Amino acid sequence: MKVLVWAEHEEGKLRDATLPVVTAAARLGEVHLIVAGSGVGPAADEAAKVAGVEKVLLADDGAYANGLAENVAPLVAKLMEGYDAFLAPATTTGKNIAPRVAALLDVMQISDILSVEGEDTFTRPIYAGNAVATVKSADAKKVITVRTTAFEKAAREGGSAAVEPVAGTGDAGLSSFVGAEIAHSERPELTSAKIIVSGGRALGSSEAFHQYIEPLADKLGAAVGASRAAVDAGYVPNDYQVGQTGKVVAPELYVAIGISGAIQHLAGMKDSKLIVAINKDEDAPIFQVADLGLVGDLFKIVPELTEKL
Amino acid sequence: MKLLVAVKRVIDFNVKPRVKADGTGVDLANVKMSMNPFDEIAVEEAIRLKEKGVATEIVAVSIGPAKAQETLRTALAMGADRAILIQSDDELEPLAVAKLLAKVAEEEQPGLFVLGKQAIDDDSNQTGQMLAALLGWGQGTFASKVEVEGSESVAVTREVDGGLETVKLKLPAVVTTDLRLNEPRYASLPNIMKAKSKPLAQKTPADYGVDTTPRLTTLKVAEPPRRQAGVKVASVEELIDKIRETGVIG
Repeated sequence: MKVLVWAEHEEGKLRDATLPVVTAAARLGEVHLIVAGSGVGPAADEAAKVAGVEKVLLADDGAYANGLAENVAPLVAKLMEGYDAFLAPATTTGKNIAPRVAALLDVMQISDILSVEGEDTFTRPIYAGNAVATVKSADAKKVITVRTTAFEKAAREGGSAAVEPVAGTGDAGLSSFVGAEIAHSERPELTSAKIIVSGGRALGSSEAFHQYIEPLADKLGAAVGASRAAVDAGYVPNDYQVGQTGKVVAPELYVAIGISGAIQHLAGMKDSKLIVAINKDEDAPIFQVADLGLVGDLFKIVPELTEKL
Repeated sequence: MKLLVAVKRVIDFNVKPRVKADGTGVDLANVKMSMNPFDEIAVEEAIRLKEKGVATEIVAVSIGPAKAQETLRTALAMGADRAILIQSDDELEPLAVAKLLAKVAEEEQPGLFVLGKQAIDDDSNQTGQMLAALLGWGQGTFASKVEVEGSESVAVTREVDGGLETVKLKLPAVVTTDLRLNEPRYASLPNIMKAKSKPLAQKTPADYGVDTTPRLTTLKVAEPPRRQAGVKVASVEELIDKIRETGVIG
């Protein structure tokens, strides 16, 4: 089986999200990466070094500059003439592009797979992760998005794939990029962080988030996350949100502070290795999944914890 | 312009789903069902566009069992003008739904088609993108802001992994809603009464000539692995000691 993998990149660098997808793809067959964008030669060179990658297709064209699905999907659909499967990470980019590709190929997409059970059989979470479905695809070509926390990352070094330029399919003329507001942070990226400190509604304000959550995160070298309630209340930007509708994370340590543990939040973090919960309500549902729980006032506990670590 | 909104009847978001003992699916018998939360946001956005004078008519569409009528009546009570139910007792996949919605769009010729970004039952996050592909229209997925600019284009601010990005789409276009787009309104009692007399057309997939044969077979539905029960600690010191024991921190 020949598998085409969507390489996600940012500012000329290959993003970590691509690496678990390479691992998933290698279970199916021969792995080729597609790097599409404008001025993305350096990202293609990085992609060529990833262990397990046999070829890198480079589509360097102004039409692909901002990953617009309307321009990128026809390119992928055309390249799929020579492939049996297309895999993309279940990031916002992958989720935006892959279903458009699937419809162009007239196949059903399999979203957010957790495992590869066979060349046409996969598992995926449904109902906010409250159930896991095993599905078998009858389509000749598979289009799949991969939950990046469910697969090990392929090594960034060790491969020596050839980079082969491919012809573009041009600008579909349906959409254009206006601008972006990307939050820049010195801290680790949420989806790939080993440790995450997350805050909820109980913080009460944006100031409290800065005062209590961030120093603890910095002490642990952790990324900062949040519940939907904290995001909706405006304490932190929406890209901090962990949960069914935000990011799905599985760090080694997840510290949930002032988060009650609604099923939508648990969907995003319950595969973390060690979950620590700090909450004043001893009946909060978060304690049902927490390995270690401490009942009490976060405004007293968190500074003490930060100081003693 | 006319707006189309797609709504789905799903398990209520507050209900904890239970997997059937025989592993064939999730038990939906006697479970509270509601409109998918992202679709409420889609209906609300359509109504706001009408209130701004951008939209002239809102048509809500649902595909599903006869009971999906209730979901459509909710959309009508919120402010949609009329509804179309494509009745099917089969569980239809996003590809089949997108094909049916594309047929409705060809018939109704809307300026904008608004959907939720994902349904909270199958968590697919596919239908809007597939619909846009089938129609050859632009797509503004995960929208947190929608600004229609005349009859030519719409600017959509999208929630992406690193923050926000804005794209401009040629109309007609497909928009899928994210949580922060708006706060959906509650239907008032008089509006619920009024909604009962609004038109609701009934169709079947066969009326549109769409083949809805599933491409995926669900072999098994299982409970996710359960976490071992944890322990409660009494102090910060004990917490730190226990975390250190696991070796996660030095």
